[in-house]
Amino acid sequence: MPAEPLAPSVVEMRGITIRFPGVLALDGVDFTLRAGEVHSLMGENGAGKSTLIKALTGEYPIDEGSITVGGAARIFRGTADAQNAGIATVYQEVNLCANLSVGENVMLGHEPRRRGLINWKAAHAEAARHLANLGVYIDPRSSLASHSIAVQQLVAISRAMVIDAKALILDEPTSSLDRGEVEQLFTVIRSLRESGVAVLFVSHFLDQVFEISDRLTVLRNGKLVGEYAAAHVTRAEVVSAMIGRELDELTAISSSAERTIDRDAAPVLRATDLSRKGALEPVDVDVYDGEVVGIAGLLGSGRTELARLLYGADRADTGSIQMHGTAKRVTSPHNAIENHIAFSSEDRRAEGIVGDLTVAENIVLGIQARRGWLRKVSRTERDAVVAEYMTALGVRPADPNALTRNLSGGNQQKVLLARWLATAPELLILDEPTRGIDIGAKADIQRKVAELSDRGLSVIFISSELEEVLRLAQRVVVLRDRRKIGELTSHDTDVDALIAFIAEGNPAVQENVA
Amino acid sequence: MMRILKHRLTWPIAALLVLVLINTLSRASFLQVTTLNGEFHGSLIDILRNSAMLMLVALGMTVVIATRGIDLSVGAIMAVSGAVALTFIESSPTPGDLSTVAIGIVLGTLVALVLGAWNGFLVAVLGIQPIIATLVLMLAGRGIALLITSGKITTINSPPYRFMAQGYVFGLPFAFYVSIAAVVIIVLLERRTALGVLTEAVGINPVASRLAGVRSRGIIWGAYIASGALAGIAGILYSSNIMAADANNAGLFIELDAILAVVLGGTSLAGGKFSLAGTVIGVFTIQTLKTTITFIGVPPAITPVFMAVVVMIVVLVQSRRLRSGVARLVRSVRPTPPARPDLEVTP
Repeated sequence: MPAEPLAPSVVEMRGITIRFPGVLALDGVDFTLRAGEVHSLMGENGAGKSTLIKALTGEYPIDEGSITVGGAARIFRGTADAQNAGIATVYQEVNLCANLSVGENVMLGHEPRRRGLINWKAAHAEAARHLANLGVYIDPRSSLASHSIAVQQLVAISRAMVIDAKALILDEPTSSLDRGEVEQLFTVIRSLRESGVAVLFVSHFLDQVFEISDRLTVLRNGKLVGEYAAAHVTRAEVVSAMIGRELDELTAISSSAERTIDRDAAPVLRATDLSRKGALEPVDVDVYDGEVVGIAGLLGSGRTELARLLYGADRADTGSIQMHGTAKRVTSPHNAIENHIAFSSEDRRAEGIVGDLTVAENIVLGIQARRGWLRKVSRTERDAVVAEYMTALGVRPADPNALTRNLSGGNQQKVLLARWLATAPELLILDEPTRGIDIGAKADIQRKVAELSDRGLSVIFISSELEEVLRLAQRVVVLRDRRKIGELTSHDTDVDALIAFIAEGNPAVQENVA
Repeated sequence: MMRILKHRLTWPIAALLVLVLINTLSRASFLQVTTLNGEFHGSLIDILRNSAMLMLVALGMTVVIATRGIDLSVGAIMAVSGAVALTFIESSPTPGDLSTVAIGIVLGTLVALVLGAWNGFLVAVLGIQPIIATLVLMLAGRGIALLITSGKITTINSPPYRFMAQGYVFGLPFAFYVSIAAVVIIVLLERRTALGVLTEAVGINPVASRLAGVRSRGIIWGAYIASGALAGIAGILYSSNIMAADANNAGLFIELDAILAVVLGGTSLAGGKFSLAGTVIGVFTIQTLKTTITFIGVPPAITPVFMAVVVMIVVLVQSRRLRSGVARLVRSVRPTPPARPDLEVTP
């Protein structure tokens, strides 16, 4: 696409395909990293970012495609292969030895030796030199743990320079840094770029991505959406590339968004000033009877955090919750379930299903948890509930005794939905219920949500697919950088306006606030 | 046939039967049961009687392991409960009375239960790793027992107390009834209520279980309390067997036997799904193995080595990876249509 002469490529990945059981994690993705550039990899959760990075660091073997580093084709059999090829990685969680000194960490495995023994004096001197190159002046003999995460990250980068990395991968390096520390890191990244290192930068902070990057690659659902020069693309374009505009086969459902909601009665749920340090600034949310409230915002905008606070999965620092006008204290998930609030997490495998239990056991788990251990759900009751919801949601295979971990993602999601519907909730919070599942299951779940809200269930619907949010929700709460920036009525807005609002907080759109 | 081979209790039972077979082959009298004064005697009866302590401890261990935990303190708790019971009975003016003995037993078990609750508090409330949390009592427990007995080995003379480990009812050892009662109670508690499935859910995926509304703290706490109380009763049996409170040797290394019994029974140390029937078989296997050692005349000096070798064989036979490896070897030698791809592969 760009006409200007390009620097030589350091890493070329062509047609990378990686399959996990039942999922195509990467589907023929091309990715090029050039010398002396900062290249951001963008995409929502499940887009394939981390899978692509793990293919490049040798953590996952690739099923198809090729990786070329510095002109030579490589097959990585492990992370050591990738490191030897000159690819260094600095993770969000610093992967250094906290109990060793700074110098030991920097030089680990490359200590200068004299007659077979490590020359510690030379090692520390060399470590100090590498650190100074990055503008870090700390005592290499001090313990690593005595330094802040920011400094530890710089130490990790110096370590990458010791092994003479040609490509440096920074995976969410700024997520736990403050503004000043980010500046320091960016200065280092810029000087590395000057010296010809190729930097692959991953962050969900849009501002930072645009500040530091020369080039962007966007992935969605395991596929390459496109490569862009950062100077020639707007934020809105990137956000819309990340979120996607899939062809609408689901218009039949869209009537849901047009329903009028009676907002005279007390809301089913009213949260006021809900906040938690480091997760969410104070937010107000109302959900009325039979209403679907969408929550839109990018990953890290606070949408999951808000859901977890409403459900009591995390303790709120401030704020109060009312249900039907009565104050409630929701301090634990058990508490929430007793108050007829249900929450389906975005991380289906880790926080949703109990994989080694059967489908039937997973479905009744919610009811059983509410009743406590003494009053067991009887066999007949269980069979009735399980049969009802498996049929209603079309769980496949239709075998209640199948182990849940063997089901596809879409069917696991249906099992979770069944678990929550079986508890007869008044408010159902769904966090990314359609992520990573095929279009058929997606449509099933959307249809079910529309149908249930028609019958009076209140739903909070969180999704990074904005079309889905606008299709189902009557009202959309927009979050950005952990605060609520406004509310839109779906009726008066479209995906473009919503994207603009999320990306820029566009005041023109804000006038539409209900 | 395949169904039988796939059942999770098949291999544990096979291991037990092989051991019985080896014993019978080496001496036919192994299976012989004689009657003396209306009491049954013989190697099999000895196994039933001697397995009682391990049964109690292993039952508790099963539930703890199912929650992803481990309880190393069971042996020390046995020492404490024996010390409490015997010290009370010894200091009482009427050590031979049934009521004195009953109070002693209840006291010993209650103290064990409190110690189990302490373990549960450390693990479930303070979030300390189970191996560390229970190590505390494993080390301190015997000291507590010595404190209770003022540093000496307390001995008593009390026929009702002796009856616990050495008495017979309807021809079978009383201790055996105690262990069977524990099995029945634990099975009813776990499988007739929802406790079992909630425990498994917590063990398989604690985060998902919490979000599903399961109060995992109480469930984990309860598991350690049960383990402590059961170890307490085991401690009563031990002290009744020797009619002394031996703080240094009561239940020594029983935690290792108990963990082994749980694993032999097919419950994974990673937590989650557990099998109480498997544990019962595992306990009998270990007890039979110990009998085998004396029966076929393994020199005491190399007993541990013999135990280790047998255990290794049993564990290897149960290893899924080894079995599928052998299956693959067989297939590669004798090509057959490819088997169904294994569904358990994870990325």
